[in-house]
Amino acid sequence: MNRRARFSHYAFFMLPAVILLALFVVYPSLRTIYLSFFNDEGKLTLESYREVLGSRDTFNPTGFKKGFPLGTILHNLIWIGIHLPLSVMLGLLLATLLRNMPGSSFVKSIIFLGMVMPMIVGGVMIRFMFDKNVGIVNLFLSIFGAEPKTWTAYPESALFSLIFGSIWLWTGFSMVLYSAGLETIPKEYYEAAQIDGAGKIKQFLTITIPLLKPITTVVVTMTLLWELKIFDIVYVATMGGPGGASNVLALQMYSYAFREFDFNKSAVVAVIITLSTLIASVPMIKSSLTQE
Amino acid sequence: MMKRKILRYIRIATMWLVALIWILPFVGVFMTAIRPMEEILDGWWNFEKFNLTFENFSKALTHPTASLAQGTKNSLIVAIPATVIPLLIATMAGYGFSRYKFPSKKLTFILIIITLALPQQMIAVPVFQLLNAFGLVDRYLGLILIHSAWGIPWITFFMRNFFSTIPANIEEAARIDGASDFLVFFRIIFPLALPGIASAAALQFTWVWSDFFLALISVYSPEKLLATQRIPLMRGVYHVDWGLLAAGAILVLVVPLTVYVILQKQYVKGMVGWSLK
Repeated sequence: MNRRARFSHYAFFMLPAVILLALFVVYPSLRTIYLSFFNDEGKLTLESYREVLGSRDTFNPTGFKKGFPLGTILHNLIWIGIHLPLSVMLGLLLATLLRNMPGSSFVKSIIFLGMVMPMIVGGVMIRFMFDKNVGIVNLFLSIFGAEPKTWTAYPESALFSLIFGSIWLWTGFSMVLYSAGLETIPKEYYEAAQIDGAGKIKQFLTITIPLLKPITTVVVTMTLLWELKIFDIVYVATMGGPGGASNVLALQMYSYAFREFDFNKSAVVAVIITLSTLIASVPMIKSSLTQE
Repeated sequence: MMKRKILRYIRIATMWLVALIWILPFVGVFMTAIRPMEEILDGWWNFEKFNLTFENFSKALTHPTASLAQGTKNSLIVAIPATVIPLLIATMAGYGFSRYKFPSKKLTFILIIITLALPQQMIAVPVFQLLNAFGLVDRYLGLILIHSAWGIPWITFFMRNFFSTIPANIEEAARIDGASDFLVFFRIIFPLALPGIASAAALQFTWVWSDFFLALISVYSPEKLLATQRIPLMRGVYHVDWGLLAAGAILVLVVPLTVYVILQKQYVKGMVGWSLK
């Protein structure tokens, strides 16, 4: 088959995908970048960036003295700081704990349920867990004599409630990926290490963790993307409140665009989220290129 | 040996303790949904009185402003075409990717990962304006098209990986017999790809069903709202009717849960395969 014919067939297979992507993904993304740099009169300006980055919604230094809100950028960073290490490590630990155990597939299914449910339901569940009257968290804390309260309703605890709830939702993801990864490690490696007298913990540190590195790259990247894009949970559980104490970037973008109808400011927030997700996915791009 | 046995028991006990912690919120929501309000106000874990009721479910299904019977119907009207269309288009593209050698392959590959990273907020406003220009705002067709476009990159990526596992000599044999690429694709490749397509379909369907943001920006008439959009409406501003909200949450959860239970293997395989090349 000559090259021309090849190309026309290639186009036939790709064209519908290309058209839809160009119309609904590529063009809108470029347009959002444009909106972030140009004002309504079509003049190039950094005014929107100045407005958004200087706004207390985004970064609120007085929050360090007065408490929440600290601003959406810091809220997302706090989310990453707590959620990323805990959910990744917990996933690895659970995958190791559950390996080759009777009944483990049932337990895995339970933990994975958080990934199956719509995030809007996940948000309701989190709100429910932390509720004053019906929440299981208060039942647990009352053992230690804590006064029951609706944790999502107070500025100092709203964000943390959402973050810890989201660990409950997301751990299934890292656990399932690590479980699949563990199956790919040959048993002989462990047997050899055992003959050399290496204990379980040493085996874990010198065999399991290094060999799971490609999976860790994927898990960490996907988890970061999820944390940076977090929206549904916050929308339904607290609406970013009280008083912006649990607001996040994605919700800030939505409020600017569809509540205040300020498309330039919302574009700036969208660009900020996109920049951060792109930076977060660099390791995955790198590792997939070397594997190619 | 004794020590090993004890360690094993500890491991088993830990496993079931973790399972218990993870399932408790689900049990809570379920108990709240099937019991009358006054019984759960002091905690759903009190079982001194226990009366079974389906009132919460019927209230959620026929809710005056956020009926979930209507919401479920609407969600299906969107989710079914928004699964079929991108699967067809992306399976073709994924095949093109896996079979034809073209110079910019690596670049295209990077572009696909970038679209995976792209937040929906990045397209929200222009897409809304685009739908407005086409007269598609507040119409399901618009939402279906966005979902299709949004699903194409990852399904292409996923199917490309799947096709790489099908040996090319099967097609070459057919080509020697004079079959066109078109014929080869629909007669030989497509049926072989069905397991992969099933995995991708399970994931795409549950994602479209579970989506909230894209629906939020493109559909707003009260009677047209999708199931996920109705959940926040069930939450009162000052007073939360937990029985109603729990029942609503369960009703919205049931569909993806069913897909997961039926296609559990494909679902997990799809998720793992999609993330791990």
